[in-house]
Amino acid sequence: MAASSSLSGLRVPPVDAVALETRAADLGTRSLKKAAKVQGLKLAIAMMDLTTLEGMDTPGKVRQLCGKAARPLPTRPDVPACAAVCVYPDLVPVAVAALAGTGVQVASVATGFPAGRIDRASKLREVARAVRDGATEIDMVIDRGAFLAGRHGFVADEIRAVKDACGPAHLKVILETGELKTYDNVRLACRLALHAGGDFLKTSTGKVAPASTLPVVLLMLEEVRDHFLATGRMVGVKAAGGIRTGKDALKYLVTVAETCGDRWLSPAWFRFGASSLLNDVLMQLEKERTGRYQRPTDFSAD
Amino acid sequence: MKTNDSTRSGGSKAGKAGGAARGRRGAARELNFGGVWSYAPAPEATEVAPIPARQELFVGGAWTKPMSGRYFATTNPATEAVLGEVAHADARDVAAAVKAATKASPAWRKLPGDERARYLYRVARILQERAREFAVLETLDNGKPIKETRDVDVPLAAQHFFHHAGWADKLDLLFPGQSPEPLGVVGQVIPWNFPLLMAAWKLAPALAAGNTVVLKPAESSPLTALRLCEVFQQAGLPPGVVNVVTGDGATGAALVRHPGLAKVAFTGSTEVGKEIQRTLAGSGRELTLELGGKAAHIVCEDAALDQAVEGVVRGIFFNQGHVCCAGSRLLVQEGVHDAFVQKLARRMARIRVGNPLDKNTDMGAIHSQAQLARIRELVADGVAAGCELHQPACALPKKGFWFPPTMFTGVSLGHRIAREEIFGPVLSVMTWRTPDEAIEKANNSSYGLSAGVWTDKGARILWFAERLRAGVVWNNTFNRFDAASPFGGYKESGFGREGGKQGMRAYVRLQGALASG
Repeated sequence: MAASSSLSGLRVPPVDAVALETRAADLGTRSLKKAAKVQGLKLAIAMMDLTTLEGMDTPGKVRQLCGKAARPLPTRPDVPACAAVCVYPDLVPVAVAALAGTGVQVASVATGFPAGRIDRASKLREVARAVRDGATEIDMVIDRGAFLAGRHGFVADEIRAVKDACGPAHLKVILETGELKTYDNVRLACRLALHAGGDFLKTSTGKVAPASTLPVVLLMLEEVRDHFLATGRMVGVKAAGGIRTGKDALKYLVTVAETCGDRWLSPAWFRFGASSLLNDVLMQLEKERTGRYQRPTDFSAD
Repeated sequence: MKTNDSTRSGGSKAGKAGGAARGRRGAARELNFGGVWSYAPAPEATEVAPIPARQELFVGGAWTKPMSGRYFATTNPATEAVLGEVAHADARDVAAAVKAATKASPAWRKLPGDERARYLYRVARILQERAREFAVLETLDNGKPIKETRDVDVPLAAQHFFHHAGWADKLDLLFPGQSPEPLGVVGQVIPWNFPLLMAAWKLAPALAAGNTVVLKPAESSPLTALRLCEVFQQAGLPPGVVNVVTGDGATGAALVRHPGLAKVAFTGSTEVGKEIQRTLAGSGRELTLELGGKAAHIVCEDAALDQAVEGVVRGIFFNQGHVCCAGSRLLVQEGVHDAFVQKLARRMARIRVGNPLDKNTDMGAIHSQAQLARIRELVADGVAAGCELHQPACALPKKGFWFPPTMFTGVSLGHRIAREEIFGPVLSVMTWRTPDEAIEKANNSSYGLSAGVWTDKGARILWFAERLRAGVVWNNTFNRFDAASPFGGYKESGFGREGGKQGMRAYVRLQGALASG
C-alpha cells in the first residue's frame, strides 16, 4: 500500500484522439457476410452478460432474465447460452438458484455501484457478501473522484483490495470511461487496473452517457494486448452499455479480432454487457437462417 | 486473403495456445490471428460498371475514332484480364483535340463565373450519384481496393469539383485588383495511380478559371477519365471544353509539344517531367509539374505510438504505395525504434492483401508488370545491401501483379531503397538521435513533396515543419487530402500547387498592374 500510494500525477504515453477514432471507424467498415456473420452473432451471444441493474429489480425479474440467458432462443438449440447474468448483490442468491447447472455465470456489481461513493470497508463487505452468496464474477467501479483528483495510488490500492476480497471470483474493473472523458485518462486508468490485478477491464456502468464506444474499447484492447506481450498475463475486456444492435456487436468483435487476435475471441476474454442487445442479435440470426426478419414480438421480452 | 503474423525475417512464431487458454507467465507471448473467425468473401458487384468493348476519343463533345484506326487493350491488374479496348491517339488526333478546345475557348472564358460554376456543381453531383459505378470501374482498371475508391478517390474527386465550382465566380476576390484571366487551352497529362482523382484535380481548377482542356490519361488506366466524359455530356458541358485523348507516351509527348497550348500541367515521374520542362523551355507556355517523392516520417519518442503506427501504415501502404507523397522513409528516434518496429510489424501482418473488389481488402494489386519489376528490383537491392527485410507471410493470388507489405530496417541514407522512389509498398526505416539530425536526414533527398511529423508536443511540430523542405507537412496524420489545401513539391518533386487558392493561381494570368496603369 505504501509503495503504490506514491502514485499520483502519473503520466502515460499519449493517445492521439483523432487517429484512434479514425482507426476505430475504419475497423467499423468491415463487411461481414453469411457464415462469418452467423459465427460472429453466435459468439456475441456467448459473450453476453445479460444485465438488469435497476431500482425496480425483483426476484421475479431476475429469474426471467436467467431463463433467457440459459436458453436465449428455446426453439434453436444451436444458439448458445449467454456468458453471465449481471445483477445487484442482494439478488445474487436468486440468480445462483435460477442458473444452477446451466453453466451461465453469476456476475454481481459491487463497491457501491454505480457511483462508488461509499467507504472502502463497506465496499469490501459488499464484495465479500456477493462472493459468499455465489457470485463468480465481481464488477467493481473505480473511484473516479479520486482518479480525477490525481490520487492514482489510492485508486490502485482500492482495486488491489477488492481483488483480494474477491477470492476465487473474477474481478472486472469498471473504469466508467464516460466520466474519465479523455483517452489519456482511459489509458492511465487501464494501467492502474492492469497493475492492480484486475481480471477484466470494463468500460462503463451503463448509467453514464456515453457508455461503451468503439474507440475506447479499441484503446482498452491495445492496453491488454501490450500488457500480455510485456508480462504474459491475459486480461479480458468488457464493453458495457450503449451496444444495442447485432451490427454494432460485430464491429466490436472485428476490433477484438484485429487488435488482440484469436485468444481474445472467447467469452473468457471478451464480454458484452447489455440488456437490449440480445433480441436484436437473435433477430439478425433468424434473418440469416430464414432470409427474412421476424416480428420483434417473436422474441421473448424477458 | 488470410494472413498470419509470423514474419519472414526473425519474427517470433505465433504461439500455439488455443483461443480460450488462460494466459500464463512463460506461455508463448505472441498473438494468434485468423484461425478462429475468418471473414467470408464480400465482393462488390461489378454489374454497376459495364465496360464497352471499344471506346473512342472524346473530342469536341463527340466520340471520335482515332485517325490511325489503332486501339490498345487495358487490363485488370488483379487478374490480367482484358477489360476493353481504347483508342490510340496520334499527333493528328491530338491536333484535332487542341483545335476543338481552341474553338470552345472564347465562349467558355466569356461565360459569367456563376454559369461555369453551375456546370461544375452539376458534374460534382453526378459524380456523387454515380459514385459506386466510378469506384468499381477504378478498382477494375487500377487494381486498388474498393474500400479506397469508395471512401477516398471518388468522394475526393467530387469534392474537387464542388470546391472549385465555388471559386469560378470569385476569381476577383482571390486576386483583387489583378484582373485574373484564363490562360486559354491547357494540356494535362495525368498518371495511373489516381486516374479519376488526378483528372478531377487538374480539370476542376482549369475549368473554373475559364480554360478549356485537352486531357491525356495514363495508358494503363484510361477508363474512369473516359467515363467522366459521359458525366460532362450528362451535365451539358459545351462541346470542346474538355477533350480526352487516350494513348501512350507518344500521345502525351505530342500533346505537350503542341504549340496551341497556353499551359501544360503534368503529374508523373520526375524523368518525364524534366523532359517536358526541356521541351517547353523558351516557348512561353506555362508549366506546372507534380513529380516524385521520397517522403520522411519523423517519429519522436513522445509520439502516440499506436496511432503513429496507423499513420505510417496509411502513409506507405495506402494505394499499394503508388503515391507520389507516400511516406516511404521512416525516421524513428532511436530510443523507440525497437518498440515501434515491433508494433509496425505486427500491424503489417493484419493488412489484408487480395481481391481489390472485396470490401475487406486493405491492399490491392500492383498496377502493372513493369511497376512490379521495379519494386522487385529495388527490394532485391535492399536485401543485397544487407538491410533486414520484414514481410508478413501472406498468400498472394496466382494471377495478377502482387507484392506484400514490406519493411526494411537497418537502412542507411546511402542505400538505394532510401534514395530512390520505389512507388510500391516498401518502407525503409532509419533512426535519429537529435532533432537536428532528423531534419538533416529528412531533407537529404532530391525530392521534397511531403513529410510527416509524429509528436505529442505542439512546439516541436512547428519546429520541424519550419525546417522540412517539403511542400506538404502532415502532423500526426498522413496522406490526408482536401480540395482546399494546396499540394505540390520542392526540388525534384516539381513546382506549382494544386488545390485551394494557390492551385487556382496556376490557371490564371494576372494583369492588374498593366490594366490599371
